[in-house]
Amino acid sequence: MKRHLLEAADLDRADATLVLDTAAQIDAALAGREVKKLPTLRGRTVVNLFYEDSTRTRISFELAAKRLSADVINFSAKGSSVSKGESLKDTALTLEAMGSDAIVVRHSASGAPHRLAHWVRGSVVNAGDGTHEHPTQALLDAYTVRRRLGRLEGVRVAVVGDVLHSRVARSNVRLLHTLGAEVTLVAPPTLLPVGVGSWPAEVSYDLDAVLPKADVVMMLRVQAERMNASFFPSAREYSRRYGLDARRMAALGDDAIVMHPGPMNRGMEIAAEVADSVRSTIVEQVGNGVSVRMAVLYLLLGGAQ
Amino acid sequence: MAGSSPAALGSPAAPGALLSAADVARVVDRMAHQLIEKAGESLADLVLVGIPTRGAPLARRLAARVAAFSGTAVGTGTVDITLHRDDLRTRGVRALEPTVLPDAGIDGRLVVLVDDVLFSGRSVRAALDALRDLGRPRAVQLAVLVDRGHRELPIRADYVGKNVPTSRSQSVRVHLTEVDGVDEVLLTGDAR
Repeated sequence: MKRHLLEAADLDRADATLVLDTAAQIDAALAGREVKKLPTLRGRTVVNLFYEDSTRTRISFELAAKRLSADVINFSAKGSSVSKGESLKDTALTLEAMGSDAIVVRHSASGAPHRLAHWVRGSVVNAGDGTHEHPTQALLDAYTVRRRLGRLEGVRVAVVGDVLHSRVARSNVRLLHTLGAEVTLVAPPTLLPVGVGSWPAEVSYDLDAVLPKADVVMMLRVQAERMNASFFPSAREYSRRYGLDARRMAALGDDAIVMHPGPMNRGMEIAAEVADSVRSTIVEQVGNGVSVRMAVLYLLLGGAQ
Repeated sequence: MAGSSPAALGSPAAPGALLSAADVARVVDRMAHQLIEKAGESLADLVLVGIPTRGAPLARRLAARVAAFSGTAVGTGTVDITLHRDDLRTRGVRALEPTVLPDAGIDGRLVVLVDDVLFSGRSVRAALDALRDLGRPRAVQLAVLVDRGHRELPIRADYVGKNVPTSRSQSVRVHLTEVDGVDEVLLTGDAR
């Protein structure tokens, strides 16, 4: 493993498999236990440096670090010296001077974790940077698919929706390709990034044609907060052409699963009855996130510095 | 059997094969008889918990022999100690192995930890820490195939297959069919 986890491409097939296997062992070791805590990272300090709002990712990282007995400091830009104009670099150096061993960073600027990795001695974990990458989300998605379907090699995954603004899609396409899955991106042309042709994925504009062949349907959130132009005529039209409702779900194969990284826009990209159906792994994904992040923190911080 | 560690007294053994396949089978049979005798009434409460990698198949073999000799089925499990080790920082991270316990758990039962080689005692300490998080056994005992001495902690085995005096520079290699395709115990490296 490299010292940092900045993007899905940092993991080759062996590393990615090691993370998933480690998460599975941690899951099994902690299942049904009263004391869900391991002593592995005692005395290590993990800083959650969040410049952007987050519920599940921040709590998930915090829980993962605490279950490995690390000390956790939560930092959010609101209410800190950032509002006085302190730069990312100065904030990071301040935190490191106080003895942090790893920084988990979320930032609205793509590439911020890469810059950070040059400034600090400890490990940097990207918890989502702008529209670039979110590698631990891709790992927990891959872990969820492997648990549900028993394999990743040859699994057909449809990634549907706002690919343009989605760091989840970028990381997932890269990681799923590394692990041998076949990815098809489904989106209106306006929500596909320039250069998508060079991605290791097929592209389709027709959801109904893709669904019957998919083993996994991964719905993406329509990121209204990042949309500074009109990418589609109306929410209703988007929902009718690219939303997953009960009628479309019926076209899926018997064992196919429906995923969503959250937070969901119910009624927009995913209908409520789909989100709450037995095919949906949305709640499971959140639980798996803790195990996968424990595995990442263990593999990055457990050994010699 | 238990107690004194001749490894600390005797001169190191010469390199070569310590136990052949037949020896391993005989030693496992003897340890199974000792387990039955010492456990007595509480044999039904016995759980043999192997420390991966090779403690795990060893625990299953012992359980099979105990069942064959006594007619009582005993529980088996494995406990991975990687996340409890005290040398992670110096030796680096490694892949984890499964932790599996009987459905009934280990609360109130007689747990015997099983490992292939007893050396510094640090693996056993880690295993004791791991067990503490998994439940509260009535008692914990230790069974090892080979005791090679050089303890760094106040830990001793209750059941020993073979005591081998060694030098620190030597290494004891246990090979089991389930993992290595062959049953044997080798001593490598010159005594210094």
